Amino acid sequence: MRFLRHVAAVAWKDLRVELRTREIVSTMVFFAVMLVLLCSFAFVDKVPSIPDMASGILWIAVAFAGTVGLSRGFERELHGGTMRALLLSPADRGAVLLGKATGVAVTMLVVEAVVVPLLGLLVGAPVDRSPGLLVLLLVLASVGFAVVGSVFAGMLLPTRAREVLLAVILYPVVTPALVAGIKGTAAVWAEPSQLAQAYFWIKFLLVFDAIFIAVSLWAFEAVVVE
Amino acid sequence: MKTILLVLCVLAAAVGFVALPFLVFRAPLAYELFVNQKIFYYHVPASIVMFVAVFVAGIAGVGYLITRKPTWDDTAAAAGDLVVIFGAIMLTTGPIWGKIAWGVWWVWDARLTSSLLLWMIFVAYALVRRYGGPGASRLSAGLAVFGMADVPLVYFAVNFWKTQHPTNNVIPTLGPGMREPFLLGIVCYLLLFIALLAARKAVRSGERRLHETHDLAADAGLVE
Repeated sequence: MRFLRHVAAVAWKDLRVELRTREIVSTMVFFAVMLVLLCSFAFVDKVPSIPDMASGILWIAVAFAGTVGLSRGFERELHGGTMRALLLSPADRGAVLLGKATGVAVTMLVVEAVVVPLLGLLVGAPVDRSPGLLVLLLVLASVGFAVVGSVFAGMLLPTRAREVLLAVILYPVVTPALVAGIKGTAAVWAEPSQLAQAYFWIKFLLVFDAIFIAVSLWAFEAVVVE
Repeated sequence: MKTILLVLCVLAAAVGFVALPFLVFRAPLAYELFVNQKIFYYHVPASIVMFVAVFVAGIAGVGYLITRKPTWDDTAAAAGDLVVIFGAIMLTTGPIWGKIAWGVWWVWDARLTSSLLLWMIFVAYALVRRYGGPGASRLSAGLAVFGMADVPLVYFAVNFWKTQHPTNNVIPTLGPGMREPFLLGIVCYLLLFIALLAARKAVRSGERRLHETHDLAADAGLVE
């Protein structure tokens, strides 16, 4: 119970800062929208299958915007000198990690809430098809991405080349989740929907999240020392 | 140490350049694939040893994070570099086989993709080692643990997903004349792995001791 309260406290702190400044969410959304526009210019009318292309664009935008959110979210702690305070607080390290990750995941979901309707509008993705499954895919993948990303962003805080190294080490590790998102979304949006496949990718994401959240909790505890 | 290393290298060379080619040459030709099948005796052992190296790097990473002893870190760094090398062998021999067997160099299939990703994780590992700065050893130990967590996903990918890659069942069903060179291939690569691991580890710990001595001397005002 106490653990969950600490998670909520850290997450709420991040989200409250965000509600007041809107710095990260607005830059993430703008960045994601730009990516969608660029991809739409590049690919529309040139590919045979709208669902495949639209789900690819969606997840590229999610991954890139998520990286921006991660590095900004942790950079803020660095500039304020508050990372040390967070780690020194009596809260469990795992609670700090999950709190930071929740903050990132929520901002990613805001970005997704903008990008998905935009894809329906610009490239004609059938976004109203089984919206429940799509939401489930987005939530599961964003949670996995945010947790793993928070470990790496936290570990990289003291290093100089952190921006570039975050992209270098994060993408190979989270690509299975992104592939599951891309394939699952394409299955949901396909004509007719391939629900069996979508359920398979949802289960895959559950396994991915379970393994990597467990590893992340342990690694964050052991790796992030100040 | 030096003699053990020398013996290991001589053994690996003897197996790799004398015994293995002889057995591979004598092994029966496979139905349909003919000579191309023989790359199997190099491709599969290299992949197996790559996974061994991943586990060594991962376990040494865990050991380093728990104990903070630099010798674990030296082992992890050496094994991490070897993942990249054996992975490179796997990723060059695989497509050569694929071009003949499937008609294409590469397919985006579950096993190929996840093996490539695992290899990329360890390329990132090597980059972090070199450019990560002061915290690099902790950071890369963490990354190796994540790499290790990726292995079950890679291994079972073949059985869960639809895949073009031959399944893991190929190995127990190898006929006589094919089993021996295959096992010898594994022995050869393992010997090479152990020799390279020991050599690389020795170099790293030597480097580390040199830096430590230099720092000590600097503290004492003996060097700049």
